[in-house]
Amino acid sequence: MDEQVRPILEKYQYKKEFLISILQDVQAVHYYLPKEVLEQLSQALQIPISKIYSVATFFKAFSLEPRGRHLINVCVGTACHVRGAVRVMEGIEREIGIGPGETDSDLKFSLEAANCLGCCALGPVMVVDGEYHGKLSTAKAVEVLRGYE
Amino acid sequence: MVTLTINGREHQAEEGTTILELARSRGIPIPALCNHEAVKPYGACRLCMVEIAKDGRSRLVTSCLYQVEEGLEVQTHSEKVINVRRGIVELLLSRCPNVRVVRDLATELHIKEPLFPIENEDEDCILCGLCARVCTEVVGVSAISLVNKGTGKEAASPFHDVANDCIGCLSCAFVCPTGAIKAEDREGYREIPKWGVRLKLKQCETCGYLFAPEKQLQYISKHECIPEDSLNRCQDCRSKAGG
Ligand code: FES
Ligand code: FES
Repeated sequence: MDEQVRPILEKYQYKKEFLISILQDVQAVHYYLPKEVLEQLSQALQIPISKIYSVATFFKAFSLEPRGRHLINVCVGTACHVRGAVRVMEGIEREIGIGPGETDSDLKFSLEAANCLGCCALGPVMVVDGEYHGKLSTAKAVEVLRGYE
Repeated sequence: MVTLTINGREHQAEEGTTILELARSRGIPIPALCNHEAVKPYGACRLCMVEIAKDGRSRLVTSCLYQVEEGLEVQTHSEKVINVRRGIVELLLSRCPNVRVVRDLATELHIKEPLFPIENEDEDCILCGLCARVCTEVVGVSAISLVNKGTGKEAASPFHDVANDCIGCLSCAFVCPTGAIKAEDREGYREIPKWGVRLKLKQCETCGYLFAPEKQLQYISKHECIPEDSLNRCQDCRSKAGG
């Protein structure tokens, strides 16, 4: 079994009902849900693989494709849009060389577009690995991203 | 026992009976595509909508899920019911324009044109989930499931790859109301392309007929605690031999 998965299963005492939390933790270590790991979970939790696949494909937060070490969510919701989210997004795309829904080839960044992150007063907004950056200009967004390894 | 009316006529039913079950047992037709007696009601297709009235208020419910209540007044063909039913069939027809059951329903409701432009002429799955539900609830295998969501939702094998848990029993194809699951036995194998499955068939010891996938027989033997070699003959030869 994947060494990083055992402690996660132990944390949740191998209980089926924690499947979603377990998947979240797996994604936190691998940045996505590898097929082999899902198969191991199916064995360990006694949940048919078809059911795990259902859950993993249902939530947009889960990815079955490899993802970058850092997840960037750029808001393109209405409030952020009128404050220039489009330009911010373009600046980011130019900086890291990928578009929304994509992951770069050295698996450093994955980029996603969001439709409102619930903090419109701070727009334009992006979230990198859960950290919010508000009142963005293109230059500021690029500067923030350069700070990531 | 509770007493209620359907379309103005009084009926009695055991508590816990659904409106759909009662209506069917009395020969009152209600269209329903996601319901099957072998599995739990699911409420996916919404075709079985009826209007219920109680204490002077009326509303629409799915009859496959709604259980009978004392004093309920059920209408299976009121104007409201026909309207929602039409709406649902229009949507189904837009998704699956060439599926027989859907077309028949459309004809019955005088629907000539699908409501939306057709994306895929050959789409034949209405997402009732019966295949996956039977696989879980009746067969106990859960080889397949409904995956993705919204417009991307579909019945699929895990990872859209070979459904490794499938035993080839074809229960899914049997319950599918639209014939969306195709299977073929040829050259000694059973193939179910939708699930990526190809399973070797067992030959009857007596008559030589290829009667079932080996994997299904192994599954039966394991779960029903029947020795595997007692499943070496097809059903005909077994009953002829008296056991
Ligand atoms: S629109 Fe961007 S946070 Fe609401
Ligand atoms: S039969 Fe009731 S919702 Fe499908």
